[in-house]
Amino acid sequence: MSLTQYIFWFLSFLALMSSLMVVFTKNAVYSVLSLIITFFAIAGHYLLLNAQFLAAVHIIVYAGAIMVLFLYVIMMLNQNKDAEPNKHPYLMIISVIAGGLLMLTLVGTIKGAELPGSTIVDAQVGTIEKLGQVLFTDFLLPFEVSSILFLAAMVGAVYLSKNKLQS
Amino acid sequence: MQNLHGIPINYYVILSTALFCVGALGVMLRRNAIIIFMCVELMLNAVNLLLVAFSSYFGDSQAQVFVFFIMAVAAAEVAVGLAILIMIFRNAGTSDTDVLTKLKW
Repeated sequence: MSLTQYIFWFLSFLALMSSLMVVFTKNAVYSVLSLIITFFAIAGHYLLLNAQFLAAVHIIVYAGAIMVLFLYVIMMLNQNKDAEPNKHPYLMIISVIAGGLLMLTLVGTIKGAELPGSTIVDAQVGTIEKLGQVLFTDFLLPFEVSSILFLAAMVGAVYLSKNKLQS
Repeated sequence: MQNLHGIPINYYVILSTALFCVGALGVMLRRNAIIIFMCVELMLNAVNLLLVAFSSYFGDSQAQVFVFFIMAVAAAEVAVGLAILIMIFRNAGTSDTDVLTKLKW
């Protein structure tokens, strides 16, 4: 096995273990911290796939902004203790069985699918130059529209989390 | 099948499927609305990883632009969703989805 394969297996193991930690740990703050580890492992996968720009954006947006927001809300709502006291005893078994069945169905479907072989692998596909070229020619209108989306989200978040409107 | 660094694309497909199923399991299992929201983020990221893997293996950068837009929409969604959660917590005093049953038929 080459070094990249070792890195692949290590990152996959890290991502799966920490995502399981997100689901099964009782403390909400530990859930957030293991989700951050999962996001860093996924960013490592992006680097392995020659998508440097997306790896940087992923760390900045997810680990830098979104998870800080989650952590802030959990600490503000004082959820760092166990907030789920009355859990049904069979719920865990039923959920694990349902999730396993979903995994089985998806893997079975994908195994039957014929993935078409690729022709050329271009190592330049994930660089900032190439992505910027595509983003500002083919996807210029969606890029500009997303700024309106951010404005709407910002106004909505401020309005919702405001205590009471002063008239 | 083209290999990138000797890793077949099937491995990435299986990894993304596993991450997606762990996220779905969390949505089914947990009762805290914030944790459910985090598991939805995990499912989004599993799909993003699969898109980037296919984009790299097929040498097409449009899928990576798509992932970029998904990240932008996810950031906006998290801001509004957490504001809604804060409002629910302020009005109901809890974020337990077993208690929030006012819209239940």
